[in-house]
Amino acid sequence: MNQSVNETAGSGPSQRSAEVGVAAIMGLIAIIGIIGSLKVGIGWAAEGPRAGFFPFYVSLIVLISSVVNIVSALAKPADGAVFAEWSQLAKVCQVLIPTAIYALVVPYSGIYVASALLIALFMRWFGRYNWAIVAAVAIGLPIVTFITFEIWFLVPLPKGPLEAALGF
Amino acid sequence: MLEDIGNLFHGFAVVVQPYNLVLMVVGIVLGVIVGVLPGLGGANGIAILLPLTFSMSPTSAIIMLSCIYWGALFGGAITSILFNIPGEPWSVATTFDGYPMAQKGKAGEALTAAFTSSFVGALFAVIMITLVAPLVASFALSFGPPEIFSVYFLAFCSFVGLSKEPPFKTIASMMLGFGLGAVGLDQMTGQLRMTFGMESMLNGFDFLIAVIGLFGIGEILLTMEEGLSFRGKAAKLNMRVVLQTWAELPRYWMLSLRSCLIGCWMGISPAGATPASFMSYGIAKRISKRGRFFGTGEIEGVVAPETAAHAAGTSALLPMISLGVPGSPTAAVLLGGLLIWGLQPGPLLFTEQKDFVWGLIASMYMGNIVGLIIVLTCVPVFAAILRIPFSVIAPVILVFCAIGAYTVHNNTFDVVMMVVFGIAGYLMKKTNYPLAPMVLAIVLGDKAEESFRQSLLGSQGAFSVFWSSGLVSTIMTLGLIALFWPLIQSTWTRLRGSAGEPHPAE
Amino acid sequence: MSVAKTVLTIGTAAFASGVFALSALPANAWEPSHPIEIIVPAGTGGGADQMARAMQGIITKHNLSKQSVVVINKSGGAGGEGFLDVKNSKGNDHKLIITLSNLFTTPMATGIPFSWKDMTPVAMMALDEFILWVNADKPYKTAKDYVDDIKSKPDNSFKMGGTGSKQEDQIITVALQKATGKKMTYIPYKGGGEVAVQLVGNHIDSSVNNPIEAVAHWRAGKLRPLCVFDNKKLDYHEKIAGDLAWDSIPTCKSAGLDVEYLMLRGYFMPPGVSPDAVAYYVDLFKKVRETPEWKKLMSDGAFNQSFMTGDEYAKWVADAEKLHEGLMKEAGFMAKTN
Repeated sequence: MNQSVNETAGSGPSQRSAEVGVAAIMGLIAIIGIIGSLKVGIGWAAEGPRAGFFPFYVSLIVLISSVVNIVSALAKPADGAVFAEWSQLAKVCQVLIPTAIYALVVPYSGIYVASALLIALFMRWFGRYNWAIVAAVAIGLPIVTFITFEIWFLVPLPKGPLEAALGF
Repeated sequence: MLEDIGNLFHGFAVVVQPYNLVLMVVGIVLGVIVGVLPGLGGANGIAILLPLTFSMSPTSAIIMLSCIYWGALFGGAITSILFNIPGEPWSVATTFDGYPMAQKGKAGEALTAAFTSSFVGALFAVIMITLVAPLVASFALSFGPPEIFSVYFLAFCSFVGLSKEPPFKTIASMMLGFGLGAVGLDQMTGQLRMTFGMESMLNGFDFLIAVIGLFGIGEILLTMEEGLSFRGKAAKLNMRVVLQTWAELPRYWMLSLRSCLIGCWMGISPAGATPASFMSYGIAKRISKRGRFFGTGEIEGVVAPETAAHAAGTSALLPMISLGVPGSPTAAVLLGGLLIWGLQPGPLLFTEQKDFVWGLIASMYMGNIVGLIIVLTCVPVFAAILRIPFSVIAPVILVFCAIGAYTVHNNTFDVVMMVVFGIAGYLMKKTNYPLAPMVLAIVLGDKAEESFRQSLLGSQGAFSVFWSSGLVSTIMTLGLIALFWPLIQSTWTRLRGSAGEPHPAE
Repeated sequence: MSVAKTVLTIGTAAFASGVFALSALPANAWEPSHPIEIIVPAGTGGGADQMARAMQGIITKHNLSKQSVVVINKSGGAGGEGFLDVKNSKGNDHKLIITLSNLFTTPMATGIPFSWKDMTPVAMMALDEFILWVNADKPYKTAKDYVDDIKSKPDNSFKMGGTGSKQEDQIITVALQKATGKKMTYIPYKGGGEVAVQLVGNHIDSSVNNPIEAVAHWRAGKLRPLCVFDNKKLDYHEKIAGDLAWDSIPTCKSAGLDVEYLMLRGYFMPPGVSPDAVAYYVDLFKKVRETPEWKKLMSDGAFNQSFMTGDEYAKWVADAEKLHEGLMKEAGFMAKTN
């Protein structure tokens, strides 16, 4: 890490390592894309390109660009710039982790229960609202959503055991 | 011609009956609601009201249903500007400057500009429909696969090369978008590609999921990093902001006119509103004196895409009526409605069902005026949403993003993909990858590939098909000019510079 | 539950009168307890989607069901997504899927693992016809004129437009190639309406559009029907374009093109549903068929109004699957993984 260079700004992963990381991920996706296109054929049939033609060259360009981006990130002198401070990243994770759990839980709990919990968590944890307000918003909003989507617009959203118990 | 004008006045007489006016307001309000809520679109609004319309006269029914359409078009801009979440493909370009304006505390101005531009674009298109309807329908017929490909080509060319970011990052981002857009079923061969046997990949990556993640979730993560609040709190909450913005807007008449023309052209050719909005934004950025400030909250960056998108959306209704080809899911549901009311969309509708067609055209005028009044009076209310504390609004946005992502394919895997795109959006923004080219590529990439391959199928693999007729050659040439515009411009200034007064030596 | 609905129906109460006559008490005990979902394994605006949405409208308007009907499009993977969803919803009495030919072609062409045997057959609502269309400006008056011209020119001189790849339109095209002995260039488009417009614009030479997709252009004198891919003429006598009616169109066989193809518009349910539920839907569909709106839809689209249920329907589907397997194998459209 480069904390010695810029102590006052706080420490964190360097911008350089983030640049290399992002470019590497893109390169990886490109390689997956190349494998996928090879499977369906990348040639040029009599009537024009086959299914894998465009994806193949597109992936190839992504791969080349990623290599260029990695090289140019490494070539830059280490100026000690940080991607974000650790404390900032912690805050991002405070949102990201509950959201990720939310997305994974939705198929099992249904979207309404999961949403109520997510809203309650945010309001209580970050907003420090008292429980009465938290409960009002966290329970009220999913109910309004339910009425709007399921009953009024007839758009079914994922439902779980609670909705089944209530007969929906 | 005179007869048409008589028909139009007759149409107005039908539309202003109190019963129809009430239906109009109901339609617009409902349309704005479905336009604002991610996960609902004009198609849903029309679908629920369709059964109710079976007992009405077709003219009353189309007035109410088309007003849902106008309402939804107006509503789409609201979430783009306030939360950086475009609900429809053609609202993406509105976020580029609309959201930065909201962050600067100018949400009211941005909303007013967006609504007014939508109105101007739609009005221009309706006037065009009224005057040249028959000509327009035959123009639409001249678009085969090579012509359609050339239009997408032009849209890409007028948009690329716009970003300040390093070129290889722009290329990587755009090409990644093309790659993601290609996942799923290959329309041309009926083969699955890059799904690796995974059921959840059958659909590929829909633009909406990518955009909700990259823009919406990514933005919440960035906001979290910078501290727990939205920066748009200072938005003015009174009606005066509407009038102030109006005083400023006439200055951009040239921009509006150009955007209207681009929009109408794209709407009639089957390319549609999305390329229109990107193209209009791209060209405005190149031509405007303040072009280099685009992306930081320029009002012109809101006017250009909104005007073009709505001119296109409105003029696209004409091919729908006269050719029976729906340009969007909403139009498809509307078209289904026509069949149930016993009307047959097609070239004869104009002669056989005069009441209906001119009632519809009159309702386009009235609906847009009523719609503009309704949404403008609500500007302070919309702007006030930004005053809700972050800890309350953030989870609510997350929930609506999840609903929006889910409803695209009714698939919970898409909610997970949305979060993945959110992380990608955050990382890419922090490492200076431009997101707009990626989104453009996801939206238009597969369509461009499709028309490209259709063209080559038709020509037995000969590339000359892209220069085969006057129309397609002209559009391709325009595309090349747009692509090399920066080069042309700098050469031009250099030539003029050397021919005219010599530059002062430094 | 009823709050939102009441709000919606204010002002439109008038339409409720006069429809009660049709909603007689159902004979069987089973009744839906939630909204009924109709899955459409195709995008919005296509033939299957239009039929599902029309039925939704008819059921709502005539109050044929106590529960509402919801139409959901699951078009991913040439409809494979929708079929997999139904296959995996074992025992769900509130889910139906409307089929088109991709019931057979998608698993064969893509290798997505499903078959009609994974589902419970409910009823055939109709069969959709296919007609050979050309632009009215072209000199071809009969199918024979067109076929003769194809035969007199080299391979790939003629462009056939159709919906999707390795699906019904391309299957018919392959059968035509076999009958004429000449190759045609098949160009796939997203939807039938688009194909018809491309034909009006002279970007393709012919199409095999369903009647409803092209009828408006026929009436306007832009397209000309040459023959119908069925073993008998269409059974609709109403004049449509000038003196011509649907039954003026000769069969392709009579014009020397021995090609027949009909497309299933029918319903299936997930595996393991209760027989009472199936009986309820069969009864519901029978009521739908009695409504004037349904009859209008049938005659507008010149549908073949065959209605089948139970074993008869299952047998028809099994035969159709065999037929498709033969056609797909012959055309070389089977996925390599199979």
